[in-house]
Amino acid sequence: MPERKLSGKVRAVGLCKWYHQSSRPPVHVLEDCSFEIEPGRLTVLMGISGCGKSTLACMLAGYVRPDKGTLTMDEWPIDGAGPDRIMVFQETALWHWMTVLDNVLFGPLASSSMTKAEAKARAVALLDKFGLLDFKDKYPGQLSGGMKRRVELAQALINNPDLMILDEPFRGLDVMTRELMQEYYLKLFEGTRLTTLFITSDLEEAIFLADRVLVMSGAPAQIVKAVEVDLPHPRKFEVLISERYLAIKQDLMTALYGPDTAEEVVLD
Amino acid sequence: MRKTTAPSSKLSSRQPPRLAALTFPAFRLHTWRVNWRGAVSVGGFLLLWELLVRFGGGGFEGIPTLAQVLSTFWNKYLTSDRYWQSWLVSFERVGYGFSLAQLLGIPLGLLLGTRRVFHEVVYPLVELLRPIPPLAWVPLSILFWPTAELSIIFITFIGPFFIIVINVHDAVRSLRKEHLWLARSLGATRGYAFRRIILPALIPSIAVGMTLGIAVSWNVVIAAEMIASDVGLGRLTWEGYVSHTATTVIVGMISIGLAGYLSALVVSYAERRLMPWHKVT
Repeated sequence: MPERKLSGKVRAVGLCKWYHQSSRPPVHVLEDCSFEIEPGRLTVLMGISGCGKSTLACMLAGYVRPDKGTLTMDEWPIDGAGPDRIMVFQETALWHWMTVLDNVLFGPLASSSMTKAEAKARAVALLDKFGLLDFKDKYPGQLSGGMKRRVELAQALINNPDLMILDEPFRGLDVMTRELMQEYYLKLFEGTRLTTLFITSDLEEAIFLADRVLVMSGAPAQIVKAVEVDLPHPRKFEVLISERYLAIKQDLMTALYGPDTAEEVVLD
Repeated sequence: MRKTTAPSSKLSSRQPPRLAALTFPAFRLHTWRVNWRGAVSVGGFLLLWELLVRFGGGGFEGIPTLAQVLSTFWNKYLTSDRYWQSWLVSFERVGYGFSLAQLLGIPLGLLLGTRRVFHEVVYPLVELLRPIPPLAWVPLSILFWPTAELSIIFITFIGPFFIIVINVHDAVRSLRKEHLWLARSLGATRGYAFRRIILPALIPSIAVGMTLGIAVSWNVVIAAEMIASDVGLGRLTWEGYVSHTATTVIVGMISIGLAGYLSALVVSYAERRLMPWHKVT
């Protein structure tokens, strides 16, 4: 596989977002939120439920505009959605009226970035790589949760994005499928070094996948800590019982819940 | 296409988006299967009818038996041009009214669901007119339209019209934003997203509107024919009533039931063609 030119460097400075509600004070979701996502790395964004992680993901994808602050990718301001940043949502967003193949072909055909023949050849190759070739003519409703996730990855990757945004993609999957998908995505990432922002509220998943973890505070959210995860690659599940893993976990729990709770939980 | 304030070199070479047709996999005929439970149910109903008329007494005394109805149908209607013309005329009226309701109702529902100002202006009017029963339009319709035929088609149109408008309007409003967001991310223009995402997403609601609408069309056309027509299955039934010929009334009722059933089969066929994914999921 040719070496990928590392792109997808994200820089967020002083992002603010508040939602206005009729006859109520506005809800501050993000307040002075600043961070960087380094190209070619898998950055995990963590925070408690409802703290604004998905809002931040939607900003990066270009679906939601910040009320204040600047957000750039590779020095260009993000001001709309585009195939250079593709998001995989919490709930599958596959179009259930299209077959698996048509879902994957949608991007190249919609943007006319490839001829139909090229796109089809690429889609077939991707589906083969993801073990889904036999299911190319099936509809999403006929697939399992894990298979749907793989189709979504193929749907994104065929467009050769610079940044993948995965918003709790494995939530709702059973434990075994979830672990398989984590390993699967990690392998994919290690093979491509595609800049990734992975959102999760699962500490174990965060440490297992991440090169770097960004910890968000409660709403109005800010990035309160960035933790480097220096566990070796290629990463296996055995790292989850290493001392280094426990140290990182304690560090993250301290950032998330405060020092006392972190110590109790990690020792348990 | 990257949505940044300046064009990126990576995307400048891309061709403008082009049109693509809706691609629905070809419809495959379902293998025919005899529903013996349904056949037993219909047979049981007919037997019950026969027994109640023969032994039930009371209100059943004036009701003809199945054999009498079949005999009347065989001797009087099977080879009657007027009877088959009644079928044809009623089907034509339902066809025109129902099709017109789809043709106008779907775009109106789409506009109401997607255009805020249009919604604010027109929706209150729709909500005001929607509760009026289709038959309440009959007097005005007769006054307004130059022929009785146009009046009946109008009534047959107005019955399913608001059903389809409201179904499409509600479906547009409950479209998943993620579906549209993803299409934007993948570079779809508004037109492309409309054809490949919005329209197919609305098909189930359009299908529900069609299923409900065809039944309403038949209800309305029969009532309208009884009031304002010289021909049609409704008129045939009404003539049976005014001439105290109960067998004719029942021939008319069974014919209406069969006509409605046949129409529902056509609608169901159309739905299966429009939603191939429903057969397999």
